Amino acid sequence: MRRYLARQLVQLVVVVFGISLLAFGILHVLGDPVLLLLPQNAGEAEFERYRHLLGLDRPLYVQYWKFVSGAVRGDFGKSWYADTPAFKLVLERMPPTIYLTLAGLLVALLISLPLGILAALKRHSWIDTLCTGLAVAGQATPLFWLGIMLIIVFAVRLKLLPASGYGTWQNFLLPAFCLGATLAPITMRLVRSGVIEVMNMEFIKTARAKGLAEPAVVVKHAFRNACIPVITVLGLQFGQLLGGAIITETVFAWPGVATLTVDSIRNQDFPVVQCAVILLALLIVGVNLLVDLVVGVIDPRIRAGT
Amino acid sequence: MTATSTPTKVELAELGPPRADASETGHATRWRLLRLRWGLAASAILVLIVASAVFAPLISPGDPLAVNIRHRLAPPAWMEGGAPQHLLGTDQVGRDLLSRIIYGGRVSLVVGAGSVLIAATIGVLLGLGAGYFGGRTDWTIMTLINVMLTFPFVLLALSVIAVLGPSLPNMILVLGVAGWPIYARVIRAETMAIREREFVLAGRALGMSHARIVFRQIAPNLVSVIVVIATLQVAQVIIFESFLSFLGLGIQPPTPAWGNMLGEGRVYMLNSWWIATFPGLAIFLTTLVINLMGNALRDWLDPHLKL
Repeated sequence: MRRYLARQLVQLVVVVFGISLLAFGILHVLGDPVLLLLPQNAGEAEFERYRHLLGLDRPLYVQYWKFVSGAVRGDFGKSWYADTPAFKLVLERMPPTIYLTLAGLLVALLISLPLGILAALKRHSWIDTLCTGLAVAGQATPLFWLGIMLIIVFAVRLKLLPASGYGTWQNFLLPAFCLGATLAPITMRLVRSGVIEVMNMEFIKTARAKGLAEPAVVVKHAFRNACIPVITVLGLQFGQLLGGAIITETVFAWPGVATLTVDSIRNQDFPVVQCAVILLALLIVGVNLLVDLVVGVIDPRIRAGT
Repeated sequence: MTATSTPTKVELAELGPPRADASETGHATRWRLLRLRWGLAASAILVLIVASAVFAPLISPGDPLAVNIRHRLAPPAWMEGGAPQHLLGTDQVGRDLLSRIIYGGRVSLVVGAGSVLIAATIGVLLGLGAGYFGGRTDWTIMTLINVMLTFPFVLLALSVIAVLGPSLPNMILVLGVAGWPIYARVIRAETMAIREREFVLAGRALGMSHARIVFRQIAPNLVSVIVVIATLQVAQVIIFESFLSFLGLGIQPPTPAWGNMLGEGRVYMLNSWWIATFPGLAIFLTTLVINLMGNALRDWLDPHLKL
């Protein structure tokens, strides 16, 4: 277990380093911050003065070092737009994003677990066909369009739920459903194939042979083993889920990190964009590590195997 | 749903309650046939969509850019107040929605095809390299893949577009460069398996160069895998492109693209639902048929592939 943990940690450090390079590189190598910051007719002298002021005339590795050593201490520079530390701005917007992501995950599980198990147990029946059809349709639905359609139906026509906003549980319903509905198809397919695979294994035969009732076989023996691939993939999908949360936030004007990031991109406020990108990536890396550890604890084969 | 594993599954299932009957194999075959038939139907629709985008000037009922303020926000033809010359209604400046959707398909398909080509090229090369050489090369490329997969695709695309500025070539480039890890991961695993086969060893024994073994001996075995992933990825890319355009960071108005039409329609959704609804339906239909086609291709070419 200790070696497994060590390997995961090394991997984590390398990935975090790569992410910092990427976040730094996008702004400093692909673009020129000064060109984005100053009006185009500012004149060469003014450009030079600003380059010097921001330390952009120094070699790239020096700039990168300055960026990383600041970032480690939570100093991502001041927002170019709001004159507040970028770190503080982003941190303030983190909770709504995390709540939305968790709510979306919950919805996805509520949809995909029962349907996936049902489809697996009634394989090739009309229920299975219906579930698969729903999954295929769900995967083809653009998240932001689904969101707008939900708003048109439930907020504009039926006037049942708020179209946007944050604070009460009613505000959660539409965004969480929207986000959950996009994660549900892939999860449902995994649950289905996992349960099918497990139901054909020897220990299920044993459980039946010793006279266990069918529900007990399904819940206690099959489902628990089918969980392992589901947890792994949910962990890997967490990045996609967060990406989905970004899209959902922009549709429902959710006051999370994503709306902040998109606004900052529009305002060309790069310290905030960099900070948001790195913190979100750290969140994903952390969750992935957690999932690896949980799976390692549930399934000893994985620790030993790789 | 491998052909070889099905019989054992039937044997095991028969020992259970009578629920699993002997016609399981028949069911599975019929199911696969059904999926193939769906795939064929989907390809036919896709051909129609592609043709309508290519021949847009010939079949579109009007000019997608022609503004007509007097007919602004006209509902679809079958609704009260709709005009027969605007089948799907008009937008906020009176442009014909149907024409704009037909022309908008051009952007989606060009971006989809272009960026998938870029992503597949990078991904396949890196995947082959990692899988064939192993060791340090593999470690480096896998780390790169992990970094890319950790970064939410949307966030990466957004921040690069923010720096480079929104335009059609930039969008193709960004979505292409951001999309390669999925190819690399699958190709790497497949290459590792093929590398151990006898014909590769025989090639080495005959004194073939690494490049020749990789491109002439290994790569041809991977064509079906690549085709399946690329097909499914076109659908993903189309959705991402439309999201970027929806946010106003992609194709810029007045050029019609499904995404920016949706974005403009959002403003008017209180009274004019059709502006946001129909472009979205176009995205949905296109990605649906591409996914169905990809699934059928996978069943047909490579049933063992798990994607």
